[in-house]
Amino acid sequence: MCHISSAIEQMIATTNRHFSLRRWLAPITAMAPAILAVLVVYVGCLLWTVFVSFTDSRSIPDLAWSGFGQWTRLYADYRWRTAMGHMFVFGAFYIVGCLVLGYLLAVFVDQRVRGEDFWRTVFLCPHALSFIVTGELWKWYLDPEFGLQRSVRDLGWTGFTFDWIADRHMALYTIVIAGIWQSVGVVMVLMLAGLRAIDEDIWKVTRVDGIPPWRVYTSVVPPMVVPSILTSVALLGAGAVKNYDLVIAMTDGGPGIATDVPSKFVMEYLFERSNIGLAAAGATTMLLTTIAVAAPLVAWQWWQRRRRARGPA
Amino acid sequence: MSGTAATLGTRSRTHPAGPRPWRLSPARLGIYLFLGAAAVFFLVPIWIMVATALKTMPEIRGGSVLLPPSALDPTAWLNAWSTACIGLECAGIRVGFWNSVQIVVPSVVLAVALGAVNGYCLSFWRFRGADTLFALMLFGIFIPYQIFVFPLIGITARLGLYGKLPGVVLVHVVFAMPIMTLMFRNYFATLPIEIFKAARVDGAGFWRIFTSIMMPMAKPIIVVAVIWQATASWNDYLLGLVFAGREHLPMTAQLNLLVSAEMGAHEYNVDMAATLQTALVPLVIYFVSGKWFARGIAAGAVKG
Repeated sequence: MCHISSAIEQMIATTNRHFSLRRWLAPITAMAPAILAVLVVYVGCLLWTVFVSFTDSRSIPDLAWSGFGQWTRLYADYRWRTAMGHMFVFGAFYIVGCLVLGYLLAVFVDQRVRGEDFWRTVFLCPHALSFIVTGELWKWYLDPEFGLQRSVRDLGWTGFTFDWIADRHMALYTIVIAGIWQSVGVVMVLMLAGLRAIDEDIWKVTRVDGIPPWRVYTSVVPPMVVPSILTSVALLGAGAVKNYDLVIAMTDGGPGIATDVPSKFVMEYLFERSNIGLAAAGATTMLLTTIAVAAPLVAWQWWQRRRRARGPA
Repeated sequence: MSGTAATLGTRSRTHPAGPRPWRLSPARLGIYLFLGAAAVFFLVPIWIMVATALKTMPEIRGGSVLLPPSALDPTAWLNAWSTACIGLECAGIRVGFWNSVQIVVPSVVLAVALGAVNGYCLSFWRFRGADTLFALMLFGIFIPYQIFVFPLIGITARLGLYGKLPGVVLVHVVFAMPIMTLMFRNYFATLPIEIFKAARVDGAGFWRIFTSIMMPMAKPIIVVAVIWQATASWNDYLLGLVFAGREHLPMTAQLNLLVSAEMGAHEYNVDMAATLQTALVPLVIYFVSGKWFARGIAAGAVKG
């Protein structure tokens, strides 16, 4: 009896295994391109570049370990340090500018205004354009000879000066302005989503308590749109590290190296100056910066999930 | 995170304060003044692009960049499209236009199809390691291309695809996959699992459920994904520059070559006409698709 039952059990187990193989064959085949892409590109290529930053690779990759030589060379390089500084300055102004202006736009659009769709369409419109187009546009708009400066002077204000794009101390900020112009619409969309997810009761309470609107929007609302803020910061921060096209189109790093950025430095050392090892160290720095920028969002989401798992507080 | 639905919902229906006030109190006036000023900030650069593209060079040298063209002169527009010199070739930006079309169409089709399958698997057929795979993909959304570019050149070269159209399409698809997968996964996660279970009970298999049940239900997110990927791949510069090869440079790369050329006197009207032509495809997509574009941003914003 015992013998038979164990045989049956074994039979069931075999069919189950058979069944489950058939069941999982299709999904795994379907996911194969994704699995391949993740393993080869997102893991493989990334690790390769990180590794190469510890080699003496010049124009062709040389996979012999050589320690931190490229890293010390990179951080001794004045141009790299300048470019890193520009990335942080650009990032800080770009993120803060987009957050403040994006929040303001969302708040004003959320005042039950007429033509809400129109305003939203206008504010988000630049985001449809590429950074290359954005750069070409703003380069022309801010051209000291023919652009905005001349237009204002023509109106009679002859002393008006706005030649930042040609000024090596100010050129970086013109890229910030163009960047904000292109990206702030996204922040507006995310903030608007955040504002509209706030419980109706909160609005009622603030109304009943007679809290003035500006207080509501500076003290009550911001903590409630933290998810929108963190998402925006992660997206904008990653964008600031990636920032390449906009610089190329607008100033090409100039005047001099006044708007040079790490992404441009890395591309040049990869393709023109053939020092792959040095470029790899630069790219790895960019990767680490991106991780640092995205970390708060990831940590916050993890914390939220844990809190939810524990039950409502 | 909640809010995807709220993004597009209008407040007016549920707002406790009732119908919109029509009277203009000073506060209301201030709101409209702020919105108007913001609109000027956003629209002026686009306006000067259109205006400059339709002016003649003497008019550009002579008058304000903000003024409308005195006469609509199509010369610069036509030059930019078909005769402007980019590098050594004088065939206009249209060469780049067709290159971009050839890159964008297949990469949209492939990336959306792949994203749909991935999202479907990750929502309903969660095998062991699926979460890790998805986490790695999400991570990939943020990472700068610079870290992948060099080894990827080696891989595409070994496959015989470097500097060719299939190569640049492949690279586009690889980098679009995470965001596409994320969009479809989040969408499928909102569908009731009972639909899937009922189909399983009725004996439908993996592909049958995907093609007959999930795809028809996924129409809204397919539209969002197509808009997103078409805009993103049209607007790409770096991948096209590195992987497309000289013959297939996308429109953005051609545009930058044209505008940043240092030889000869610059024809700003031609530059701006070419810029406008490059901007036109995403702008048309944007204005035609309307809210779907904004929905893509909400869906593409990484959420838990």
